[in-house]
Amino acid sequence: MAKLNLNREPMPRQDPKVRGRNFNEVALGYTPEQAQAEASRCIQCPKRPCAEGCPVGVDIPGFIKALQDGNMPEAVKILKSKNSLPGICGRVCPQEMQCEAKCSLAKKGAPIAIGRLERFVADWERTNQEALDAPAPLPQSTGKQVAVVGSGPAGLTVAADLAKLGHRVTIFEALHVAGGVLMYGIPEFRLPKGIVQNEVNYVTSLGVELKLDSVIGKISTVDELLDSDYQAVFLGTGAGLPMFLNIPGENLNGIYSANEFLTRVNLMKGYRFPEYDTPVKVGRKVAVVGGGNVAMDSARCALRLGADEVYIVYRRSEAEMPARREEVENAQEEGIQFKLLTNPKRLLGDKENWVTGIECYKMELGEPDASGRRRPVTVPGSEFVIDVDVVIIALGTTPNPLIASTTKGLETTGRGTVVADAETGKTVKPGVWAGGDIVTGAATVISAMGAGKQAAAAIDAYLKES
Amino acid sequence: MYKILLRQDLVPDIHLFKVEAPAVARKAQPGQFIVIKIDEKGERIPLTVADWDEQEGSITIIFMEVGATTHRLAQLKGGDFVENFVGPLGVPTHIDKFGTVVCVAGGFAVAPIKPIARALKQAGNRVISIMGARNKNLLFWEDELRSASDQLIVTTDDGSYARKGLVTEPLQELLESEKIDRVIAIGPSLMMKFCAKTTEPFGVKTFVSLNPIMVDGTGMCGCCRVSVGGETKFACVDGPDFDGHQVDWDLLMARQRIYLKEEKCALEQWQAQAGHHS
Ligand SMILES: Cc1cc2nc3c(=O)[nH]c(=O)nc-3n(C[C@H](O)[C@H](O)[C@H](O)COP(=O)(O)OP(=O)(O)OC[C@H]3O[C@@H](n4cnc5c(N)ncnc54)[C@H](O)[C@@H]3O)c2cc1C
Ligand SMILES: Cc1cc2nc3c(=O)[nH]c(=O)nc-3n(C[C@H](O)[C@H](O)[C@H](O)COP(=O)(O)OP(=O)(O)OC[C@H]3O[C@@H](n4cnc5c(N)ncnc54)[C@H](O)[C@@H]3O)c2cc1C
Ligand code: SF4
Ligand code: SF4
Ligand code: FES
Repeated sequence: MAKLNLNREPMPRQDPKVRGRNFNEVALGYTPEQAQAEASRCIQCPKRPCAEGCPVGVDIPGFIKALQDGNMPEAVKILKSKNSLPGICGRVCPQEMQCEAKCSLAKKGAPIAIGRLERFVADWERTNQEALDAPAPLPQSTGKQVAVVGSGPAGLTVAADLAKLGHRVTIFEALHVAGGVLMYGIPEFRLPKGIVQNEVNYVTSLGVELKLDSVIGKISTVDELLDSDYQAVFLGTGAGLPMFLNIPGENLNGIYSANEFLTRVNLMKGYRFPEYDTPVKVGRKVAVVGGGNVAMDSARCALRLGADEVYIVYRRSEAEMPARREEVENAQEEGIQFKLLTNPKRLLGDKENWVTGIECYKMELGEPDASGRRRPVTVPGSEFVIDVDVVIIALGTTPNPLIASTTKGLETTGRGTVVADAETGKTVKPGVWAGGDIVTGAATVISAMGAGKQAAAAIDAYLKES
Repeated sequence: MYKILLRQDLVPDIHLFKVEAPAVARKAQPGQFIVIKIDEKGERIPLTVADWDEQEGSITIIFMEVGATTHRLAQLKGGDFVENFVGPLGVPTHIDKFGTVVCVAGGFAVAPIKPIARALKQAGNRVISIMGARNKNLLFWEDELRSASDQLIVTTDDGSYARKGLVTEPLQELLESEKIDRVIAIGPSLMMKFCAKTTEPFGVKTFVSLNPIMVDGTGMCGCCRVSVGGETKFACVDGPDFDGHQVDWDLLMARQRIYLKEEKCALEQWQAQAGHHS
């Protein structure tokens, strides 16, 4: 056997100085040679530890073997049998905590870049449709109809799986495009919108009907859907309600929730104002409060819109940051400044009601809290002011109460999430399943897809019985 | 795509569209709004439902040309389409039997007031409506509002038609002369603020329909946040109707100015382009 290669093939990326001013994708993707080199490092462990780290159970050694053999159509087939959105997961999965964390090579050196290989296969598939076998014909219609509420990764997965089983599926989406957070939240430079729309088109090509501009709870309730044409309903409405700090000055002009800022930039294409009609304020000095992926995305968007200085204000230290390691590094390289162990006390404004500063406390780490992370505590008398003209609050989101408040007999938790069975997504309300962020609170694309897969199987079994 | 079934010019820069949207028409109630987006590059803007026809499957909206989007909208004719039309959004106006209710409409707000007045009257209230405009040429739907009410008072700022003065003057007189159980005031922020100030000493519950800048209209962005009774609310899902005596008007009006510079730039660009094409 060849000698173990513990060094990972680097990912070509745009130069930080250049990419900090454009919205093009940062990571450029492997060339076929690079993919081959990276795949050849995989030692095909018989115990397949990597696959256990994947929430949807992708046959990782299998698709990498096909890559080693140069059999791209086979790699596509293996990958897609478990993951219908590989082009997305390859780009945004927190691999370092999932599949790659479990790779045998991780103990000795760099784990196989599973996500990058997955992306390589998906990108190849997109541009080499003619080399693939025609998709299997759809089975005969079962005559059963399912309504899917929300078109994020959970909803798209349920819809695709049920359509492939012969059920008629209609997706109801509140916004004017499908894709959920993949469209309005995650920016173009991390996940090109063309790729998301490609996946949406694939789902509609299976015969799924997509109804945009349809806010369930307003245009119809879940009960009305069940009373009309649909035998089952899947709730995949995500966690879309932004949290604020609840400190003085938070409603000053220039203060955005990350959802609003990212929606204006990504969904409404505010970065191309005035060609596109929706404006977004481009601050000179921008502070982003929070330490997750959402905060990194907001900070990096602000930089790309032309801000001179962008700060991440986070109350713990870098080690506790929930954002993906890679994105933290990307942000640092691009020149985002990290104000760690710093917690906002209040926001200051001028007489035009425009934000001018963010007054913060210095923090220090105390005892670990319930999440196992050391709890930040305020250092008394440590207040200082950061001058800013735009502030973006990226503290996280909770489920929008609209569905729960308009649906009889759903059970919800104190955090507003819908209670559903962990294995099947079944809620306490007959005929209603739920999965993704609406059940877990803000989580990941792949966990939403995993929940969608389980729910689709459970809904199929239910429809067969009824 | 949603078809514009009918266009009417009510006054030079206020227009009525009837838009084909059967699913919205089935659910619309007084006080709710829709979000409209003209095309791929368009902005999402909220407009109140002025009427609806379940049979025809249509929603009536009335809008005033103020900036780029409303000017662009005004270019469309009957038979044209808009790309997106979402609704009905927001909490419907609370309709009940209150007794005597005064409905006050400023400017284009005759449109949202009419279905509310009608519903209040149907619920057994005595409805007195007041409508006001800057001058005679800006008045529309006088007969519509009259037939939806038991009594109608019309004012113009300059006295070019009916009674000269602001809507708050007849409102004050009514409050002084008889028992008013509730007031509903819709119009520009300043007008709603002064209506609320007028009723406050009389202790008459006064509801207003707030119009902050919005994006999604479903509670996802927080752009529409307003302060009511010291608490932050999202106008698109908690409102748009709120107790006028509790609203922080200065905050509302300050937040409406966030994009003044960009709005001016967009309008100038639009005007330059429109001038080019004609
Ligand atoms: C900025 C940002 C960056 C992120 N980065 C990553 C990352 O790098 N990696 C990762 O794995 N995860 C990331 N996430 C998290 C991930 O995107 C989510 O966990 C995932 O999208 C959840 O999927 P979902 O299908 O449950 O819901 P969503 O993607 O939230 O989709 C829900 C959909 O339902 C629609 N909807 C809501 N209410 C209604 C209604 N009443 N009627 C009709 N439709 C409705 C919404 O408009 C939306 O389209 C990020 C999230 C954000 C916000
Ligand atoms: C619940 C609600 C109901 C409304 N109903 C009506 C109606 O029935 N008829 C009508 O003529 N107008 C109505 N408006 C106001 C209407 O939405 C704005 O006039 C419109 O958005 C202006 O867009 P513009 O591009 O033409 O002008 P801009 O140049 O963008 O702005 C001009 C003015 O409109 C406000 N505005 C701008 N963008 C928005 C936005 N996305 N949301 C809200 N306000 C904005 C600005 O604060 C500014 O004062 C309503 C607003 C709300 C919130
Ligand atoms: S889907 Fe995500 S976790 Fe699973 S193999 Fe792919 S990158 Fe790894
Ligand atoms: S654990 Fe790593 S080396 Fe082993 S099969 Fe999986 S990817 Fe290959
Ligand atoms: S408009 Fe986005 S939350 Fe109200």
